[in-house]
Amino acid sequence: MLKFVKYFSLIFFLISSNIVSSAEKAEKLLTTDWTFKGPFGKFDRASLQRGYQVYQEVCASCHSLKYMSYRNLSEEGGPEFSVQEAKAIAANFEILDGPNPEGEMFTRPARLSDKFAMPYANDEEAKSANGGAYPPDMSVLVKARKGGADYVYSVLLGYEDPPVGMKLDDGVHYNKYMYGNKIKMPAPLSEGLVEYADGTSATEQQMAKDVVSFLMWTAEPHLEQRHKIGFRAIVYLIILSILVYFSMKKIWSRIETEV
Amino acid sequence: MSEHNYQPKSKFGKWFNDRLPLLTLANHLTDYPTPKNLNYWWTFGGILTFCLITQIITGLVLAMHYIAHADLAFSSVEHIMRDVNYGWLIRYIHANGASMFFLAVYIHIFRSLFYGSYKAPREIIWILGIMIYLLMMAAAFMGYVLPWGQMSFWGATVITNLFSAIPLVGESITTWLWGGYSVDNPTLTRFFTLHYLIPFLILGLVVLHIWALHVPGNNNPIGIDIKKPSKDTVSFHPYIVVKDLFALLLFLILFAFFVFYSPNVLGHADNYIEANPLVTPAHIVPEWYLLPFYAILRSIPDKLMGVIAMLSAILILAALPWLDTSKIRSAVFRPLYKQFYWILVLDVLILGYVGAMPAEGLYLLIARIGTAYYFAHFLIILPILGKVEKTLPLPMSISEPILGGSLNAEPARSKEDFQKL
Repeated sequence: MLKFVKYFSLIFFLISSNIVSSAEKAEKLLTTDWTFKGPFGKFDRASLQRGYQVYQEVCASCHSLKYMSYRNLSEEGGPEFSVQEAKAIAANFEILDGPNPEGEMFTRPARLSDKFAMPYANDEEAKSANGGAYPPDMSVLVKARKGGADYVYSVLLGYEDPPVGMKLDDGVHYNKYMYGNKIKMPAPLSEGLVEYADGTSATEQQMAKDVVSFLMWTAEPHLEQRHKIGFRAIVYLIILSILVYFSMKKIWSRIETEV
Repeated sequence: MSEHNYQPKSKFGKWFNDRLPLLTLANHLTDYPTPKNLNYWWTFGGILTFCLITQIITGLVLAMHYIAHADLAFSSVEHIMRDVNYGWLIRYIHANGASMFFLAVYIHIFRSLFYGSYKAPREIIWILGIMIYLLMMAAAFMGYVLPWGQMSFWGATVITNLFSAIPLVGESITTWLWGGYSVDNPTLTRFFTLHYLIPFLILGLVVLHIWALHVPGNNNPIGIDIKKPSKDTVSFHPYIVVKDLFALLLFLILFAFFVFYSPNVLGHADNYIEANPLVTPAHIVPEWYLLPFYAILRSIPDKLMGVIAMLSAILILAALPWLDTSKIRSAVFRPLYKQFYWILVLDVLILGYVGAMPAEGLYLLIARIGTAYYFAHFLIILPILGKVEKTLPLPMSISEPILGGSLNAEPARSKEDFQKL
């Protein structure tokens, strides 16, 4: 009978794995050497700073980062711009504030405490400017997609000519990795699109890697702290379990029963 | 038991204890005679208590920062994750804590199934446990709605829509539950209220669950009564306390691994997209711990019958003490039951797997066979098995591995045992 159970489960899992592999014909995602993966993963500061540049020069015209504030740019565990640099970055943006004592709304340069400036006044404007497709807010985008950083990286690099016979409407592009393979966003990256201040050559792969690292940080701003505390917590728990294990052995040795 | 002759040593203790016997209770809890042969599967009761308290404390902190409003809920969760001191830690403990809670409760339930802990005289403990489990599912479901992501919204829509299957009044009940004509702000605020309330109901039931446990005492791996308390049992403190603590620490290592290194792996990516009533996600899937029941629900073509089947799948457990006709508790001495037990475990795992897959083709067929088998296990196999199975001889007592014993303790106990009790 137990043999029957074993064979049954084996057959079941063989069948099911076949179904899964045949049902999901999705492309295998591209990946790169992410520095933030693994228990000791950390962000690469230079890469995050370059990623911010790519975001600002390429993505920000359509995609908001509404949960991010300029002060975050200088906080620990992120791109770690200096406070002066972050202030200078913020000052480039105009923010709607008010009303003033006369009851008028006014614009002023952004401060560290302000949220990132929004590309559009509202969702409707965003849609109408983008052929009806709403460019999603990117604050938690990496966590909101199955496949995470690899998925976003793959989509950025997945633009290709459509397969023969596939008809695409105007303003729709073919992307190898996008769900349903159709995307309204035109290929955002091209060789040399930005000029990195640190001299890194701006290949498509490099820009995609930098901006996705940056978006991983905006999605998980406390990732480094989490990894650090996690390591300490687990080491602490392991040592404590060893101590408690020996206490337990000692206590149970008072009676004959094995614990 | 021991509280009858317990006297506090200090004068104040005696004065206080005569008025409120808290010290007697504490004494009972520390001296509580526990079978000395309990294995590690018995440590999950303590682990579950820890999980409940962790959920209540982290939930309390989250409730201080969370805003139960359809327009603000999602951003208030992001505020917790970004700006509240250690908010990310509290939220990840709470979110993964729910999964850990269910992992522990499933082990606890299946331990009970294996060792026959639901049988006389422990039926009430078992039924209280089923009630706790039901409330846990309600609390978990409502908690998953609170971040107001896409899965929150659409999960709530699917589950509340189940009530519309009730004949005649279904639609009205659904509208009443929603507080409107769709899942919206009124639904969110009431879910938040109930999500805050239910853990305290669970806490009350847990007290009853433990109280009911302390009347007959623990079952044990060989499933026979305690014959000689002085030989068969150890006091709860320090023996069981230290063992439970050790098991809890191992459990916490796993817990910490999820919280710190894969905090989102048990959740669904779509829940980081803010709820949008105009966009339906490609697959609406509940959290992993509800998947077997989701598979049962979808395996039945008729909506009302599907809902009834899903509810019956849980409620049938409450009737288990009377469906299992065997007097022998532990599967150790029931060679046939042991095999059917493992098939049931496999069946539930399979149901969980197909619950996560689209309900079509082979998956649907597997879900139907799995559902049929699930009910057959309780309604056909168990009642018959108890009558036809040839069980193995029981040992004399927990401390004497000599065969030829009986299930229950002999009524006449030695004087020494009575005093120990």
